[in-house]
Amino acid sequence: MIWASWSDFWHMGGYGLYVWGAYAVCLAAMLGEPWLTRRHRRQALQAAASREETSP
Amino acid sequence: MNPPIRWSTFAAPSRFYQLAGALNPWFWAVAVALAIAGLYVGFLVAPTDATQGDAYRIIFIHVPAAWMSMVLYLAMAFWAAVGWMFNARMGSMLARALAPTGAMFTFLALWTGSFWGKPAWGTWWVWDARLTSELILLFLYLGFIALQSAIDDVVRGDKAGALLAIVGAVNVPIIYFSVRWWNTLHQGATISMTAAPKMAQTMLLAMLLMTFAFWAYAFAVVFTRAQALALERERDTDWVRALAAKG
Repeated sequence: MIWASWSDFWHMGGYGLYVWGAYAVCLAAMLGEPWLTRRHRRQALQAAASREETSP
Repeated sequence: MNPPIRWSTFAAPSRFYQLAGALNPWFWAVAVALAIAGLYVGFLVAPTDATQGDAYRIIFIHVPAAWMSMVLYLAMAFWAAVGWMFNARMGSMLARALAPTGAMFTFLALWTGSFWGKPAWGTWWVWDARLTSELILLFLYLGFIALQSAIDDVVRGDKAGALLAIVGAVNVPIIYFSVRWWNTLHQGATISMTAAPKMAQTMLLAMLLMTFAFWAYAFAVVFTRAQALALERERDTDWVRALAAKG
């Protein structure tokens, strides 16, 4: 194991801010985008359904 | 004997919708599994770099994001061209579906690069050939999205976007070869990675695992967005009505 402790791990040899700053934004973007996209698809399906009800 | 698969049938939005729905759970499973493996190797197996310390671990998301930003742009230009030349509706929809994900990976390549540049070079940003051409790529994606959303007529929007995407594709080789063509600040950092052969192997493994994870992620998200676009564009067709009625 290359890390002696958790605090060692988070510290990243003094580069914690840079490493976690890069990974945190990457994680947020790659969780946010699928969420927004799935919502887009759900809304498109709902819009099609409401169109179905109003059309003759 | 099985009848031969006719690939052109997947060009029909209804068939694409089904195919994407069937494949997407697998893409997600592959993306999550490879990301866990990649992060495990990248953070718990790969040793600290002799010259860069632990700051180099940004490479495991930086390089995959940068690769995806270029690959997705070429895929976008390809499908936009297919949609334009062959009047293939699904091609144009795929091009539109690729743009936001490509833009996101371009942003991530720039963001993670910035967070690596600060400890490695002492600056968040320089107007270096590699960085500047990648920034232009972001503007091309945003221009493609803005242009298409500004044109109400869907078919005209598809064509205008296709033209922009195809002309902009010339930027991709510029990005890729920028570190060879110009004497850039970017080059040095990448080369120090291959200094110790044993270290480079675990680093390379983590980087490749993350690249395939990002690839599977891109397929899943782009297919989901293409499904949404297909539902919107084909809302007056029988297949969408049947899907909507099912709920």
